[in-house]
Amino acid sequence: MTTPANLKYAASHEWAKAEADGTVTIGITDHAQEALGDIVFLELPAVGRVVKAGEECAVVESVKAASDIYSPVSGEVVDINQAAVDAPESVNADAYATWLFRIKPANAAQLVTELGGLLDAAAYDATL
Amino acid sequence: MPLRTPLYDSHLAARAKMVDFSGWEMPIHYGSQIEEHHAVRRDAGMFDVSHMCALDLAGPDATRWLRHLLANDVAKLTTPGKALYSCMLDQDAGVIDDLIVYFFTPERYRIVVNAGTAAKDIAWMRGQLEGFDAGLIVRRRINGDAVAIIAAQGPDAKERRLTGSDSVAMIAVQGPRARERFWTAFPDSRAATEPLAVFQAAEWKDWMIARTGYTGEDGFEITIPADDAAQVWQKLLDAGVKPCGLGARDTLRLEAGMNLYGQDMDEDISPYEAGLKWTVDLKDPARDFIGKSALAARQPRNQFAGLLLLDRGVLRAHQKVVTPQGEGEITSGTFSPTLSQSIALARLPAGVAIGSEVEVEIRDKRLKARVVKPVFVRNGKPLI
Repeated sequence: MTTPANLKYAASHEWAKAEADGTVTIGITDHAQEALGDIVFLELPAVGRVVKAGEECAVVESVKAASDIYSPVSGEVVDINQAAVDAPESVNADAYATWLFRIKPANAAQLVTELGGLLDAAAYDATL
Repeated sequence: MPLRTPLYDSHLAARAKMVDFSGWEMPIHYGSQIEEHHAVRRDAGMFDVSHMCALDLAGPDATRWLRHLLANDVAKLTTPGKALYSCMLDQDAGVIDDLIVYFFTPERYRIVVNAGTAAKDIAWMRGQLEGFDAGLIVRRRINGDAVAIIAAQGPDAKERRLTGSDSVAMIAVQGPRARERFWTAFPDSRAATEPLAVFQAAEWKDWMIARTGYTGEDGFEITIPADDAAQVWQKLLDAGVKPCGLGARDTLRLEAGMNLYGQDMDEDISPYEAGLKWTVDLKDPARDFIGKSALAARQPRNQFAGLLLLDRGVLRAHQKVVTPQGEGEITSGTFSPTLSQSIALARLPAGVAIGSEVEVEIRDKRLKARVVKPVFVRNGKPLI
C-alpha cells in the first residue's frame, strides 16, 4: 500500500491529518497494522481528555501484543471512531481510512510547529 | 546465525512472516493468524514443528530408565505406538520440560521435547543414563546440517554422527478434516493409520504418523526424513491443508487449555501447580521417579484455572489477578478467535471457586473476569 501524500507521520507509526475545520485526525500507519497482525481490540482516549504531543493515549491490541499509540499533536480529544472500536479488524483492512481519534488543538501556532516536526510520506517511508 | 528447519524455504515460498522463537527462525503467520486459527478449527491446517526435538531411545533398560526419568509411568503403555504425555522433573519436583513419549517395544521409544529446552533436556537425560543400558539418538536437523549426535551409554557406548537421511522433520496436520486431507495427499498410508486411536502412532515406511496434536482438534503429527520435508509439505498444500504459524498454534493450544513450557510452567513450578496432577502417576509404590519425594513434601500453594474476560480488552501473561483469597497471575492470555472474547490461563490462590468473578489489572484499570475450568474449546466446539 502506498503511503498517502496528504498525511503527516510520526516515527512511532501514527498518521495525522489536518482537517479543514481545524481539528486533526489520528490513525496508525499501514506498516503499523502489518507489524501488529490481526487487531482485536482498541482502547481509545475519553472524549474531553487533553493530551500533549507524544503522550501515550490509546492502545491497539492484536492477537499477538498490545501497542501504545501516541498523540502526534497537543489538544483536546473531541471525537473517537466508535465504528473502529466495534470492528477493530477495519484497521487491518485499511489503516488510512480507519481513523482512531480526533484532536482539537488549543493553540494554532503550536499546531504548526508540531505538524512541522512530523514526517512527510517519503520521509516516513525512508524510516521503514 | 538463526536456527532453521528443513522447511525454511517452504515457509518463505508461502510468504511467511518469520520471527525468532528460542533461537529458531520460524513462521509466526502467513498473512492472518486468525484465518489460520479458524482453518484448524473448521477444516485443516499444518504447522512445521521440526524445531522440536525428536530423540530415539533404545536398549534393554529403556523402560526401566523412563520409569525413573518421568513423572508419568510408561509401564502403562502396552500397545505399540501408544503415546504418553509426561513432565520430566528435577529433584525438587520443578518441571524441566513436558514431553511426549511414544512406545514401540519395551526396549525402544521415541521422545519429543520442546525446542527451547532441548539442549537442557539432553544434558539432563545424558546425566541420568549412568547405570542404565540404553542410548539416545537426537534426530533433529539444523540449518541443513545433519548434526544430530548424542550420548549412547552402557556396554555399547558410542557417539555417532548421523547421515542426512537419519535426521527428521516434523509436521502437525490438525483440524476436523486433517486426516482426510492427509489421506488425499498420501493414500497409501491410509490402511496403516485409519485404525489409530487418539494418542497412538504407527510406523509407516520410514515415517512415524501419530494421532496427536497441540490444538484440541483431531489430526496427525508426522515425523519424516528431513530430506522429504519440502515435498511432503507441498503435497499437503496441494491437498488443501493451510499453512499455519506459531501465532495460531498459540491461540489454538490456549483455547484447548494446554500448557506452554516456559510460560505456564517451569522449574519453579511443580506439576501440581500447573494443572498437571493427572500426569503424575503414583500407582506403583515401588517406582521411585526423580522428584517423587519432593512432590510429596511440596504442598501446592496455588491452583491452575482458566479466566474468561467479561469486560472488553485482552488478557496477557503476567497481568495481576485480584481475588478475595489474594493475588494471582496470568501465565498465558490472548484473544480467543473461536469465542471472540479474551481468555487466559492463570495461577490463582487455592480456594478461588470455579464460576466466581475476579478482577484483572490491565494498565490502569481493573476488568472483570470469570474463573472457569481451563479448557475453552475442544473439537471445534466452545465449552464455555
